[in-house]
Amino acid sequence: MRSKPANPDAAPRAPLGLRLAAIGSILFLHLPFVVILLYSFTTDEQTFTFPLPGFTIAWFGEAWNRVDLWSALGLSLRVALGATIVAIVLGTLAAAAVHNSRFFGRDTVSFLVVLPIALPGIVTGIALRSALSTMDIPFTFWTIVVGHATFCIVTVYNNVIARLRRTSGSLIEASMDLGANAFQTFRYVILPSIATALLAGGMLAFALSFDEIIVTTFTAGQQATLPIWIFSQLTKPRDRPVTNVVAVLVVLIMAIPILLANRLTEESSSHSA
Amino acid sequence: MPPAAGAIIVSASNSSFPAIRFSNVSRHFGEVKAVDNVSLDILDGEFFTMLGPSGSGKTTCLRLIAGFDQPTAGGIQLHGQEVIGLPPYERDVNTVFQDYALFPHMTAGENVAYGLMIKKVPKAEREKRVEEILELVRLPGFAQRKPTQLSGGQRQRVALARALINHPRVLLLDEPLGALDLKLRQQMQIELKSIQQRVGITFVFVTHDQEEALTMSDRIAVFSQGRIEQVGTPAELYEHPASAFVAGFVGVSNLVHGSVAQAITSSPTMFSIRPEKIHLADPSAPVPADSYSAEGRVREVVYLGMYTRYVVELDGGGELAVMEQNLHTTSMDVLAAQGRPVRLIWQRNHVSLIPERAN
Repeated sequence: MRSKPANPDAAPRAPLGLRLAAIGSILFLHLPFVVILLYSFTTDEQTFTFPLPGFTIAWFGEAWNRVDLWSALGLSLRVALGATIVAIVLGTLAAAAVHNSRFFGRDTVSFLVVLPIALPGIVTGIALRSALSTMDIPFTFWTIVVGHATFCIVTVYNNVIARLRRTSGSLIEASMDLGANAFQTFRYVILPSIATALLAGGMLAFALSFDEIIVTTFTAGQQATLPIWIFSQLTKPRDRPVTNVVAVLVVLIMAIPILLANRLTEESSSHSA
Repeated sequence: MPPAAGAIIVSASNSSFPAIRFSNVSRHFGEVKAVDNVSLDILDGEFFTMLGPSGSGKTTCLRLIAGFDQPTAGGIQLHGQEVIGLPPYERDVNTVFQDYALFPHMTAGENVAYGLMIKKVPKAEREKRVEEILELVRLPGFAQRKPTQLSGGQRQRVALARALINHPRVLLLDEPLGALDLKLRQQMQIELKSIQQRVGITFVFVTHDQEEALTMSDRIAVFSQGRIEQVGTPAELYEHPASAFVAGFVGVSNLVHGSVAQAITSSPTMFSIRPEKIHLADPSAPVPADSYSAEGRVREVVYLGMYTRYVVELDGGGELAVMEQNLHTTSMDVLAAQGRPVRLIWQRNHVSLIPERAN
C-alpha cells in the first residue's frame, strides 16, 4: 500500500486513522471468538458474567463424555469428507471440460457450476427438500452429502480452472510427444500441475461443508450434524459452557485446513510469477 | 539405423522411403485454409526447414507430423508408414516446442528422462543417458536444476535434450530459437547444425527467419498462405527464386516487370535481381555482352559501414536498390554519389525470370 501520492518519498506507512480502522475491524471480527474462548473456562454455568467468577477446565471433561456430541462430530466429519470427494471429482472434471473443449453451452455450464455458492442456502435447502420429497427419497447421510456438494464443487472448480488457465497447453502435447498416453499424461503432468489447487479447493470445500447449517437443516431429517447439535444446545442453558468448548475446538480444527489452503495457494502463485 | 555423421547424401540414397511424405495434405479450419494441398518429401537425415511468415501454415504442417493435429485431406507417411489417425505417442517423432514446454514441477534431469521413464527404462540406465545427453547439449551437471532456475538458452538445451534422448528418427523444432537474443541465437544455430550432423537424424525446423533458414538448412520449403512456394537448397532459393514471394522473403531483391523489364531484357516477363549483384558504373561505362544494363540517377544513399545501399531511379521508370561493398570507398565518396547519373550493370546469369502464375 502506498501513502498519499503527495509525499512519495515518505516510507509507505498508513495514516493513523486507517490503522485504527484496521485494528477496529479485526477486533470486531474476532472479539466474539475471544469471548467464547474465555467462557469455555468459566465456572459459572448459566450466565455470562465478566470478569469470570472462576477458572475451570471441567467443561472439556464434560464435553469429552457426551456421546451425542461425538456422534454429531463424527457425522459432520464424514459428510464433509464425502462432499469434498464428490466436489474434487466433479469439480476437476467440470474444470477440465470447460477448459479443454469448446462445446455448445460451455459458458452456461461454467455459470451453473458457480451459481450455487451465490444462491442463498435457504433456497438451495428448500429446492433440495422439495425435490427429495417429490421423488420419495428418504433423508440419509447421502442426502446431506449431495446438498453440501452443490456448493462445494465450485471451490474445487474455481481453483482448478484457474490453475489450468495458467498451465501451458503445450505441456500436455509435450508429454504425449514423449510417448505418454492420456492416462500417463494425467498422472505425471496434469495431476502434479493442479495438485495444490486440488488441495486448496478441497480444504475449502471441507471447511464449507463442516459448518454448514442451513442446507443441512433441510436435507438431514432427524440426523444431527455438529452445527445442528450446537444450535440445539442453545435452548439448554445449563450446557452452555459445553457448547463453548465445542465451538473453540471446532475453530481450532477448522483453522488448520484454512491456513494450509491459504499457504498453498500463495506458494503456487508466487512460483508461477 | 541412424546414418553416420555428415553422411546426408549417402543416408538419403540408401533409405527406400523418405523420412516424411506429404501427399496432397490440406488442413482447413472452417473457411481458413491453414495448409492447402501440400505435397512434400523430406529425406532421411536432412536438415529441412519450413520457412514462411506467421500464418503461412508451416507450424500446422509440423503439428500434423507430430500428430497433435490431423489433416482434413491427404496422406502423411513417416518412413513409408501411413500415420493419419495415429496419436503423438505412437509416432517415432519428438518435438522441441517454441515455449520449450518443460514440466515445471520436474528438475531438468527429470524432464530429460521423461520419455525413458514412460518407456520404463531402468533408473540406472536412465541416469546414465541423461548425463550423456546433457553433455551433448553442453549442460553437464544441470540435472538437479528446476526449469525456473535456468536461463532461456539453457531451457532451450534441456528441451532439445529431452527430445533427443529418445533417439527419434525425426526431430521437429518449432521456432526454438525465437525467444533467444541475437548473439545466443546465432551460437545456437551453429550448435544445432553440428548436433544434427553428429546424431544424424532428420531435423524439421520451422522458422520465419530467412537468415536462420539459410544458415542451417540442407533444404528449405518456403510457405505462403498454406502453400509451398518453392523447395530447394539455400543457394537455389537465393539465386533462383521461383516466385516473387520467394525473391522478396529470402533475402532482399529487386523485382522488375512490365515495360521496365521490357526496356532492359526486351521481354515483359518479371525478373528478380539481387541488389549486391548490380554494379554501379559511370554513364559512359561499356556494357559487356553477357550483361544487362539500365541508366538512372542516384536518389538515395545509405552508408551502412561495410556496405552502402543506393536507390537508383531509372530513366525508363521504376527504381532499383543496389548494394556495394565499401572496399576502396570512404563514406565521403559514397555520399557524394547522391543525385549523380549512373549506369547499372549486372550479369545475365544473376537474373531469375519469374513467370506469371496461373493463380
